[in-house]
Amino acid sequence: MRVEFLFWEGCPSHPRALAELRTAMVDVALDPGTVILRKVPTQAEAAQERFVGSPTIRIDGVDVQPPGEEPFGLTCRVYHRRDGRISPTPDPADVREALRAAQTALPRGA
Amino acid sequence: MTAIGDRAPTFVLPDTEGVMHEPGGAPATVVVFTCNHCPYALAWHERIVGVAQDYTGRGVRVLAVNPNDSERYPGDSPQAMRARVERGEFDCVPYLRDESQDVARSYGAKTTPDVFVLDASGALRYRGAPDADYDGPAQNAAFLRGALDAVLDARDPDPLETPPVGCSIKWKA
Repeated sequence: MRVEFLFWEGCPSHPRALAELRTAMVDVALDPGTVILRKVPTQAEAAQERFVGSPTIRIDGVDVQPPGEEPFGLTCRVYHRRDGRISPTPDPADVREALRAAQTALPRGA
Repeated sequence: MTAIGDRAPTFVLPDTEGVMHEPGGAPATVVVFTCNHCPYALAWHERIVGVAQDYTGRGVRVLAVNPNDSERYPGDSPQAMRARVERGEFDCVPYLRDESQDVARSYGAKTTPDVFVLDASGALRYRGAPDADYDGPAQNAAFLRGALDAVLDARDPDPLETPPVGCSIKWKA
């Protein structure tokens, strides 16, 4: 499984989001050391990466919260928690669910 | 850059209907730099509006100022600001446009949100975050409420200043 964590250093959300991602990985018996950290430093790279804001977490290329029509760019990303609150970080329950879904989708032995 | 105790810069800015507003004329005025697209500003928004609603009876004014470059960040356009006001998201809070970014620059604002509390004389009495945790609604803008209570009671706020937390202001190139 490929877990990518894309972030822009201009937004302060990423340390907390990364810590929560690593906790979620432990919760589903994945090695948190395998997360791939990727900085997105420029607007051009944001467009190239289809990066709609920091942080963005992709599991096997799939965003943990599909971004819809959000424009690409260097900004803090808006997430919606399960209780309806707006947050700079994804709901840990959504991250765990996305990890479990990817585990289920893996072919046997992968 | 305005320091605690300094006279805060005066300004006149339009709200989403073109009505001009300036700080002052109140026992305390809150100037909060905010925007539409930042999750920190959005997470704290209801708490700040709650302060405006709760303190309006004591004469406190809360002015929200959006200074972001709306060319690079269209979510902060005047049209998008007006849409939020029309949805009723700014009860008791005029939502002002700082198109030149001069007001944000003169205050030394760094993030959205970034909160400044002025006393009746226009002196800056508190600057920083609304409370200690954007993710904790129960915090209920405690720093801001505490600062207002202090100013209204002629005391010094405690704390006087906290680090502003949020998205960087999107300055024009």
